[in-house]
Amino acid sequence: MAILSKDDAKKILEKVVGFSKSDGIEVTLNGNDGGNIRYARNSVSTAGESSNVSLSVQTYFGKKSGGASINEFDDASLEKVVRRAEELAQLAPENPEFMEPLGPQNYGTDPKTFIESTAKITPDYRAKSASNSIEPASKKDVTAAGFLEDSRGFSSLMNSKGLFAYSQSTGVDFTVTMRTNDGTGSGWVARNFNDVSKLDAAEASQIAIDKALQSRNAKAIEPGKYTVILEPNAAADLLGLMLAGMNARQADEGRSYLSKKGGGTKLGEKIVDERVNIYTDPWNEEVPVANWSDGGGGRFGGGGGGGGGQPRTKMDLIKNGVVSNLIYDRYWASQKNVEATSFPGNRIMAGGNASIEDMIKDTKKGVLVTRFWYIRAVDPQTLLYTGLTRDGTFYIENGKIKHPVKNFRFNESPIIMLNNLETLGKQMRVAGGFGGGSSLIPAMKIRDFTFSSLSDAV
Amino acid sequence: MKRRDFIQMAGLGAGAMMLPFTGLGHEIDPAHMLMPLMDASQKKALADVALNTAKSLGASYTDVRIGRYLNQFVTTRERKVQGITNTESYGAGVRVIANGTWGFAASNDVTADGIKKTTERAVAIAKANSKFQKEPVKLAPTPSYGEISWKTPIVKNGFEVPIKDKVDLLLNANAKALEKGASFVNSIMFLVNEQKYFASSDGSYIDQDVHRTWPNFQVSMVDRQSGSFKTRSAFSAPVGMGYEYMDGKASDKIQGPGGVILYNNSYDIVEDAIMATEQAKEMIAARTVEPGKYDLVLEPSHLWLTIHESVGHPTELDRVLGYEANYAGTSFLTFDKWQSKKFKFGSDVVNIVADKTQIGSLGAVGYDDEGVKCKKWDIIKDGVLVNYQATRDQVSLLGQNESHGCSYSQSWEDVQFQRMANISLQPGKQQLTPDQMIAGVEKGIYIVKDGSFSIDQQRYNFQFGGVLFFEIKNGKIVGMLKDVAYQANTQEFWNSCVQVCDDRDYRLNGAFYDGKGQPGQANAVSHGSATARFNGVNVINTARTI
Repeated sequence: MAILSKDDAKKILEKVVGFSKSDGIEVTLNGNDGGNIRYARNSVSTAGESSNVSLSVQTYFGKKSGGASINEFDDASLEKVVRRAEELAQLAPENPEFMEPLGPQNYGTDPKTFIESTAKITPDYRAKSASNSIEPASKKDVTAAGFLEDSRGFSSLMNSKGLFAYSQSTGVDFTVTMRTNDGTGSGWVARNFNDVSKLDAAEASQIAIDKALQSRNAKAIEPGKYTVILEPNAAADLLGLMLAGMNARQADEGRSYLSKKGGGTKLGEKIVDERVNIYTDPWNEEVPVANWSDGGGGRFGGGGGGGGGQPRTKMDLIKNGVVSNLIYDRYWASQKNVEATSFPGNRIMAGGNASIEDMIKDTKKGVLVTRFWYIRAVDPQTLLYTGLTRDGTFYIENGKIKHPVKNFRFNESPIIMLNNLETLGKQMRVAGGFGGGSSLIPAMKIRDFTFSSLSDAV
Repeated sequence: MKRRDFIQMAGLGAGAMMLPFTGLGHEIDPAHMLMPLMDASQKKALADVALNTAKSLGASYTDVRIGRYLNQFVTTRERKVQGITNTESYGAGVRVIANGTWGFAASNDVTADGIKKTTERAVAIAKANSKFQKEPVKLAPTPSYGEISWKTPIVKNGFEVPIKDKVDLLLNANAKALEKGASFVNSIMFLVNEQKYFASSDGSYIDQDVHRTWPNFQVSMVDRQSGSFKTRSAFSAPVGMGYEYMDGKASDKIQGPGGVILYNNSYDIVEDAIMATEQAKEMIAARTVEPGKYDLVLEPSHLWLTIHESVGHPTELDRVLGYEANYAGTSFLTFDKWQSKKFKFGSDVVNIVADKTQIGSLGAVGYDDEGVKCKKWDIIKDGVLVNYQATRDQVSLLGQNESHGCSYSQSWEDVQFQRMANISLQPGKQQLTPDQMIAGVEKGIYIVKDGSFSIDQQRYNFQFGGVLFFEIKNGKIVGMLKDVAYQANTQEFWNSCVQVCDDRDYRLNGAFYDGKGQPGQANAVSHGSATARFNGVNVINTARTI
């Protein structure tokens, strides 16, 4: 039941819309089948599967709206959920930020988000992946702890103004942490794909094992400002926090790093190095994502959405270092007399040709960072974040990795970081995007990155 | 939305307060929340289906949790209601040991047939995974409790309070803040009710009704001229109480140092919103801190988070053992340190207990999610590490034969695992008030309310911010500071603790959504303390220009 075809979903949605007695209705029907396996101490610890289909109704009378959801699909249940949503809408206070649903939209071609092989992952495949990770670890006196999670699902939306949207997707996420049994070395690797045939758990695990072995007996070096080479996962974490804060309303209200002193926003201003180009594109072959947005929370209101069924397009966020778009939900766009911006589903930063090895060769003195950990906001005004390096941090001297170093705590703003850009490396797909999508982020070399203290953590 | 995204959103970070709309179950009619779905005898009959099915398939142990999880969120900004959300999640999870290995499955089909099928899946998964099992699971014994029940001792069920009353209260708080000049204000009321029925092959049938309440707001002040903005969050705590927490009784208000009003067992949201607006203005105008060593005087609404991160997490046994190595991390509190019986975690005044029974706390339940009766035990005694937090399948590794009762699952559909108990710093034995403590500090900072937080994966190095920072000079508060964060090593920090105020100053605070595990799960947990003093802590200045 979890994956309904476009036609089957449409039939159910049409029926539900037909039950409406309100001024208007929007219905979403989503389903997901997922499975996972978790291992630690070189042994499987938990594994499970889940399956869920859910139908959610939002109805409105004037500016009053109400919602209800259900996971039963007989006619009586479907009608009941509509009546319940209507009762709640009548009881709700008026929402001054209410926006009527969109009419029919043209979404263009379907991005390749659904891959059959991923949809057919079995418990045996998961168990074999875990085994391919655990066995080479135990041979090297290393302990593996990992997690593999896969999903296949569909999303669909219909409203009483004639809009219908449907998409399917698959995804697989794999992460593993390898720790040497003497407790002095740790390595990590992450892989994220729509297409499971691109995942080689054994190959990925070997990278983490090698990092664990190479990072044993790290030496302490003085904290301070260092040139760093950030692997794509490390870079993506800080970039993601910057991109997640591109909300136009907050910038207009003066409470964002994109607010300008004296009023207004930094839209159209150069905020980072001119080589920085960041955009979203649902049709990108490496990180495809649905070409429509379900609007997230507050579908009818200004509370983060107002975009049920809004088309996603290719859109620049930062172009040549300049802020080229902010995210306007439909309500805020109507207040500011601008076009609403659909909520992006993925994020892509243009990269260069340099490999990590090339960047190391080109570095006189620096630190190679595998990943960051426990990143938290310190000051939203300057986008200052703190966090730590983890699972493979190495000192570079005269073009070579000299030795592993103890982990650092950093205090840095991605804005300052992208102003201190030295080199852009090759892109890699990493987990985490905006609306359920992934990211394509390059490795990057940054000067004067602020490490403020040392950590004994391995 | 994935659970971790929800947890992030509910973390109510900088800027606008975001709303959780999905991921917690189905949106339902609030009136439906007050109607029971099934009585205990019906649940027992269904539970017996799981127990009998698993036994017939060869399971050596089985537990079943039939759970109904209710959530209500009322969210507002300025003079508008943003959302009223009522959700229900209902289903059953079955956990078994077969071939010495855990298996778990869950379904929202709460019928005899549905539970039978779920149990069959759980046994099949256990058997499949047993191929990779190195050592069979060993459970510590627990008594059979028969048919019993437990309820959070609430006075007022928040779900029975009309939504209009909640809306009016939040909008009134917002209006008062706006009248005082707040630029923006978001407020929210979270209510949680977990109705959980647990049964196990050990012969326990436990019916529990757990309530939690959390009012919160963020008052923001924007100074367009300077381009700066500050946000003052509410001085409320998430609590294991009913709506009586909103009574704001005069006897629960505390006049703290620096003119701050603090709250104990009940909360006055309107008064706090007014105070927040005044303080947000002061926060913008405050003097930027001079980095260096300071004696820190940490108020309980701040210190709870430092306790949570630097004591609560590293004393979780699953982290020590490596089960969380790929996500939350491991722990510096390795077995050798505990076995030595003399590892000096903190100074002699540092006494920290785990307590799953504390009234009003978020972690209080009668029995944990594997049927163990809850209790209180020492973690740090006179500064020395003496114990961990463990579940039935872990505690034998400590040479102990009684679980600590730390098993919890966020829902019927997630497998239960070791989660943090309420972990609290015990008050000092000498009579001491916060004012008296401050009078003894030459160069220090008094910090109120939790802010930014970050700690490494083994819990050595941390950095904490806060909300209000008062400069102390020669025993007196001389003004407000900003751009303050302190960095320390956990062991050095707790060994620099020289004083803890007495039990008159002891209060709880806590986290509604502490995240751990893969797939991620949330846990609610409280941490108590009285105001405490830490000498010579490294303070950094966090101001930057972009």
